[in-house]
Amino acid sequence: MIALLTRDIRLAIRAGGGFGLGLAFFLIVVVLVPFGVGPQSDLLARIAAGVLWIGALLACLLSLDRIFALDWEDGSLDLLATAPLPMEAVAVVKALAHWLTTGLPLVLAAPVLGVLLSLPAQGYVPLVVSLLLGTPALSMIGTFGAALTVGLKRGGLLLSLLVLPLYVPTLIFGAEMARRGVDGLDYGTPLLMLAGITCGTIALLPFAAAAVLRVNLR
Amino acid sequence: MTVTVTDLSVARGGVRVLEGVSFDLAPGAALVLRGPNGIGKTTLLRTIAGLQPPLSGQVEAAPDSLVYAGHADGIKPTLSVRENLSFWAQVFGKKDISAAVEAFDLGALIDRPGGLLSAGQKRRLGLARLLVTGRAVWVLDEPTVSLDVDAVAMFARVVRAHLAAGGSALLATHIDLGLGEAEVLDLAPFRAAKMDMDDFDEAFL
Repeated sequence: MIALLTRDIRLAIRAGGGFGLGLAFFLIVVVLVPFGVGPQSDLLARIAAGVLWIGALLACLLSLDRIFALDWEDGSLDLLATAPLPMEAVAVVKALAHWLTTGLPLVLAAPVLGVLLSLPAQGYVPLVVSLLLGTPALSMIGTFGAALTVGLKRGGLLLSLLVLPLYVPTLIFGAEMARRGVDGLDYGTPLLMLAGITCGTIALLPFAAAAVLRVNLR
Repeated sequence: MTVTVTDLSVARGGVRVLEGVSFDLAPGAALVLRGPNGIGKTTLLRTIAGLQPPLSGQVEAAPDSLVYAGHADGIKPTLSVRENLSFWAQVFGKKDISAAVEAFDLGALIDRPGGLLSAGQKRRLGLARLLVTGRAVWVLDEPTVSLDVDAVAMFARVVRAHLAAGGSALLATHIDLGLGEAEVLDLAPFRAAKMDMDDFDEAFL
């Protein structure tokens, strides 16, 4: 499992692996927002948390179709399926590698981009905590979506359509937590809901992803 | 570690392609599957490897004894030959790749990225993966595609050494490997009689 994780991270970092692509996309989306809504710092401060969350979500979506598609194309997925690793473990490791190469950089970049959107000072901690809790769920749900669409030619668009609705609960509670933090309100409840969603997806979706992978490999 | 296939029927895309296939593969033996294109050699091998369920019949093999190599070699273009091989060795819980590198003469290519290999070199790397897994039963689909004459001879030597060490091999191939001791199973008599979809849902399940 560690071999698969290091391989996936290495592949992502090497040329053409797409590492930094999501991060650059996140940066551009967030930079474009002030151009779109105009330089009103009070308005930007109010929407900053939501914009950062939607930006992170879209950036995460961008690299999802690489999770399984490349391995499927070159036959590695067939070979992994016949290897002693259980498919559930493959799905978990793939999701973890995706989070480490896409989700974690987004979490780390978010406070920097918060400055651009004049995010109020008390909003930084809840924003980062909400992203840290929420992005693993985004990666896991995305891995399930990627497993569903593996083998489809140009499945990327279908993947987005399948995955975006599944992202709604994470987005609602994540953005709500960040927004409450900005307003100086108590954010305990959305934090617990977000943590619950993330734990639930990580507990259940590897089995679903493994099941659809087995069907898709037939 | 005998592999026993009993009365196996396999389907591709919901269409029954082969039925009633039975054979035994004993340790030290090789079995070559022959048959025209589309008869179902790949489907049969994928079923035996456990990638798809059979329609009926059974495949009996010791757990964790099979290793499958299909048309694609599973080589990552941005990883070097060494990294590609080491990855598969680790997945199968092994460490040593030197024997495989030696057997397929990959020493000179060891640090070259997979993407820069020629088709034949890729295939040699794909076949070297079999050696690092340490599995006893090799299930190979067209293993000699894009290999030159020397490399085919190299492959035949490796298979022969594997058989001598008590392993076994199940190959689908069109060319003569020079493995005189290998049995040949012609799949033509097992072609499914009626190629209709008696259970339409099967295509989606």
